[in-house]
Parts: sequence; structure tokens; C-alpha cells
Amino acid sequence: MDLFEYQARDMFEAHGVPVLAGIVAETVEEARAAAAMIGALSGGVVVVKAQVKVGGRGKAGGVKVAKSADEAAEAAAQILGMDIKGHTVHKVMIAAGAQIEEEYYFSVLLDRANRSYLAMASKEGGVEIEVLAVERPEALARIPVDPIVGIDAAKAKEIVDAANFDEDVKGQIADAIQKLWAVYRDEDATLVEVNPLVKTADGRIVALDGKVTLDDNAGFRHPAHALLEDQASADPLEAAAKAKGLNYVKLDGSVGIIGNGAGLMMSTLDCVAYAGEEFGGPGNHPEPANFLDIGGGASAEVMTNGLEIILGDEQVKSVFVNVFGGITSCDAVANGIVGALSILGDTATKPLVVRLDGNNVDEGRRILAEAAHPLVTVEETMDGAARKAAELASAANKN
Amino acid sequence: MAIFLTADSKVIVQGMTGSEGQKHTQLMLASGTNIVGGVTPGKGGQKVEFDSGTFVPVFGSVAEAVEATGADVSVVFVPAKFTKAAVMEAIDAKIPLVVVITEGVAVKDSAEFWTYARQAGTTRIIGPNCPGVISPGASNAGIIPASIAGAGRIGLVSKSGTLTYQMVYELRDFGFSTAVGIGGDPIIGTTHIDCLEAFQNDPGTDAIVMIGEIGGDAEERAAAYIQEHVTKPVVAYVAGFTAPEGKTMGHAGAIVSGSSGTAAAKKEALEAAGVKVGKTPSATADLMREVMKNLG
Repeated sequence: MDLFEYQARDMFEAHGVPVLAGIVAETVEEARAAAAMIGALSGGVVVVKAQVKVGGRGKAGGVKVAKSADEAAEAAAQILGMDIKGHTVHKVMIAAGAQIEEEYYFSVLLDRANRSYLAMASKEGGVEIEVLAVERPEALARIPVDPIVGIDAAKAKEIVDAANFDEDVKGQIADAIQKLWAVYRDEDATLVEVNPLVKTADGRIVALDGKVTLDDNAGFRHPAHALLEDQASADPLEAAAKAKGLNYVKLDGSVGIIGNGAGLMMSTLDCVAYAGEEFGGPGNHPEPANFLDIGGGASAEVMTNGLEIILGDEQVKSVFVNVFGGITSCDAVANGIVGALSILGDTATKPLVVRLDGNNVDEGRRILAEAAHPLVTVEETMDGAARKAAELASAANKN
Repeated sequence: MAIFLTADSKVIVQGMTGSEGQKHTQLMLASGTNIVGGVTPGKGGQKVEFDSGTFVPVFGSVAEAVEATGADVSVVFVPAKFTKAAVMEAIDAKIPLVVVITEGVAVKDSAEFWTYARQAGTTRIIGPNCPGVISPGASNAGIIPASIAGAGRIGLVSKSGTLTYQMVYELRDFGFSTAVGIGGDPIIGTTHIDCLEAFQNDPGTDAIVMIGEIGGDAEERAAAYIQEHVTKPVVAYVAGFTAPEGKTMGHAGAIVSGSSGTAAAKKEALEAAGVKVGKTPSATADLMREVMKNLG
């Protein structure tokens, strides 16, 4: 889960990382009140910052300096509801203004290739770091971090020396880096990034922006992290699926897809997209409507839950059920499908193409044939089933 | 012959007394795996009876199990929150191979037990969040269904569980020396490259199927490795050409991987290394059939 800037700021503050005062606001009036409070602390000047989980908000007009509470309210009115690269702004953060003298960069993150962690630091922050990494790689220090040892005082010194920070701020930055490491370690993050980390006119080091990605698998250690989830932007079908413990991602097409295993589901999306190219007219090819992985079980209950979510999507015109029977054999899966259709009754109105393969496949196909449900077509291969589902969706789209 | 797991492997199951552990121990026994013990802290001295009438002893620690049985493989089914401790215990007992089936392990825990294993230098880890390893007809350490797998001379390495099953099933007429499901987590103990190296050196393997999916740059690195070191024919499949762009990958992450992580980039890298890449799993299986027929 990626955090909003204001959530990262709060997390930084809780771990002793130096940050500026900041309050999140969802309405113009909240923004005015927050600006009055923060302006009183920082000499009147505040910054109104759009809270979106995407870069480039400054260029998009999502960051404005305000010299009074009224100006801040005006800025918030402009920013709230704005669309930044497809993300609607639901919240702004009112932050204290600061006199910036230097902008630096620091991050610590997962290094998949080396199965370790990596710290990156640069004297040239405030710019797009991927551009800097390509154009002037020597300006970006990269220091491996041992996952067991972490960033201790010695490692922090190694990082500030490698980045060649000015002597007068090295100590302060090393201290901030150790605290940012504490955020990474104690909150189970896979990314903690500060860009920019600034030196103010009065010589203080402050994390002016923050990006944190938390590891969803570590939720058992952090029950409070569930509160950080962005409810406002969640797709309603995705939220309903999540509540049922299903791994569902809403897409834009008309072929609903349900099956077991993330790899097989991704492969199914590809097969449907390829098949879709054969059907429909130009610009109107059937495409996958979703990704839905029901995991290993495929019981009637899980199948019912999955089909309910997919049939709840009005864009869906046909459904492709693609299950490989491994541990759960195909007869159990077939019974699950028949059971689900009986539970759904009249609410199941769209054609289903079923492809079963693997353990005990003959018995599974026999069960489906015997049930002879009018909505169900059984296909023997994944490619054939993908074509059939695309064809049915295409025919329904024409009607 | 096979890689990592043979008929001589002596297997223990950490978490054997739990529901998943018990269910899959039964299946592993049924497929001929030599299971010599289970490990559950506090339950040492008990015995668990399985359908076949086999009694498997339970030990209180991995060290006790190794001492009593000479076990050289551990399959881990313990819940995610206890997985790190279980794996580190196996590393301390110097078990040569630990297969971590558990899904949902925190990345920090995986990073720590992997680092611990690397420093110890005596244990290979496969997983976490993987279906395990099967050398059909010889031994099965994990949850790959043995009933769909045939023995033969193809090696398979895959990030994805169900695509492993799919491919093993599609090519059951030719059969496999070993199939390894390495798991798709950000940090895994055994990589595509580790398996490619082992298959290249295995006299029982004639050709290799590699299955990848979007994210990271493991496939690109595997392609570079194949170009340099692998002389046996390799056929590959990559899932996720039409998947929407992932949101979890931060900008800084993209810098580290040095790649976009797209399926198209992976396919391109593999083809540049002389690997044939199938458009669908069935098409990939057809490519491998061709390779095997040409090998005679």
C-alpha cells in the first residue's frame, strides 16, 4: 500500500524524523482553519498541497503557496476535485512554509535483484530522481544495506560520505537517515523516500515530502495500518471483493474472468485479449472485464462469491471460468460451479464458458454435462474457451 | 537424475500437525516421498497416523529431527507470522534444502531469513509462497499434484503455481526430471538463474521450460545468464502482456530493477538470448514438444 504524503509525514514525525507542521483537509473550510492554525506558527505563509498518489502534482498546479488563511482556502477550492493524471484530489495538506536553501534526496528500498535493501542519496534532490539516475548516475550514491544489520551510525556515515553532503549538515542528515530507517524497519515498509530532504535558511534538515510503501503481507504486525487505506478512491466492486477475501481488479472490457492462481489468471487475460482481436469491429474488440483469482479452493461458496462480483459488473457480457484442478480436483470444481449457479438462480443471466483441466477432468466435465445448465458452454482448451467467451461478448455487444 | 530433490531425499515437514501440513504430508507420502518426520514445537514425541497406515514421528525442534532421522529437506507449512522463526531454525540445523510453501510472508522476514541463510552458507531456500519442488516418480516436496506429473527429461522453473501445474500437465507425455515452483514474491530464496544452472549441470535434463510473469527483472537477468551459460534448449512463457500497469512499483523501484518489468521487455530479452517464447501456455508446450522430438 502506498501512503499519501500527509500519512508519510505523520509516520515520519512519530519516529522523530524532522518534518514541518502539516494538517490534512478535505473541505475548503477545513483548509482555512488548518491554515490559520499553521500560519500562526510559521509567520503566515503556508503551502497547500494536493494529496494524490502520483508524481508531478506541482507541474499540474496541485501545489500553491498562500500568505493568509483566505488565500489558502482559495487555493484549496481550486485544488480539491482537480484531476491529476487520472487521480481525483479528495484531500489537501496544509503545510508550514519554509525558506529552502538546498534540496537533497534520500531513499531506502527493497532491492529485489540482490535480495537485499538499498539506500540511495544525492546532493541534487528536488528533481525527478529517475532522470538524475540516467543522466548523471555519479550524482546518486547507492549503498547496499544488510537487512539484518540495517542502517546503524556507521552505515549512516557511509551513506552521507558517499553522497558527499556538505560537512555542516552531514551529522544532521545521518541522524535523519537513521530515523528514516526506523520507519522502514518498524513499519514494515518496502520504500521510504524523501524528495526533497531540505536544508532551511536557518540550517535545519527537514523532510519536506515523503513517499512510503507498506508491505501488505506485514499487516499482522500492524493492525493500525488498515486505517491508512484510501476508502474514497476504492472501486466499489473491488471493495466488495476484498471484503469477501477475493483478489479482484476491475478492468474495462466485457469478458468477465474467474479462475485460480495469479499466474494462470494473468495468462487468461492475455488469451482473452488475443481472442478478442478476432471479434467485434475496429475499436470494439471484446477485452477482459476483470482479474479475479479465487485461489486454490474453488468450492461452491467461493465460486458463488466470485460469480456474484463478476455478474455485478454491468459491463460484463460473458464470463470465462478457467480452473486448473490441482490439489482441488475438477469434480469438486464442477460441483462448485453447478452449486454456485443454483444459489445464484435467476440472478445469473450471462453466458458462462467453462474450461476445466487437470486432476479428474473427465469426471468434472461429466458433472457439467449432466447438469446441462443452459448458460454453460464447456470448452476443452484454454485458447478455445477464450475464443468462445470473446465471441459471446462480441455478439452481446452488437445487440 | 533430477535437481535439488531425489528418491534419496529424507524429508521433514515443519508444521505437519496443522491442517494444511497434515493434508499435504498425506499427499506427499502418497506420491512416494520419503517423509521421515514432522516438527511442531511442544509436540515432540507424538506420532501422526496417515491413510496409508504410516506413522510419522513428530519432533519438538528441527535439530532433534535432523539428529534422529538424518533429514536433508524441510518443507515449511507454518503460518506466515511464524515462518521466519521456523526457517531460521532449519538454517541453524544446517538442513541443505528448505522449501517454504507458506504464502503471505512479510518481505522483511524473507529478507532476513534469506540473508541469514546466505551468511550460513549451508542451506538453499526455495520460496516463500511457492508450490515447491517435484522430481516425478522420485520425491515431492510441496503441493504440486503428483497425479498430473510424468517423469522424463524436461526441467521446469516457474514463478507461478497454477502455470507450473498447467505446463507439467500439458507436457506429461514427455515428463519432467524436476519441476521447481520458485514463487513470485519480491524476495525468493532460489531464482530462475539458480535453477537454470542446476538443470544445465544435470545429466538427467535435456531441455528447460521457464515460466515468468510481469514485475521485477528476473527474466531479463535469466536471459543474460542463458546467453552466457546454458547450452541446453530453453523454451519460455511470460504471463501478463495485457495486465494493467502495476501500481505498487515506486519510481525508485524502477531504477533498481533497471527495467520496465513489462512482459514485452521480458519476451524481447529472452528471444535475444535465443529462447523461443510461446504466446500462450499451450503454444509454449507445443514449442517444447518440437524441441524434444528434434532431440530424439
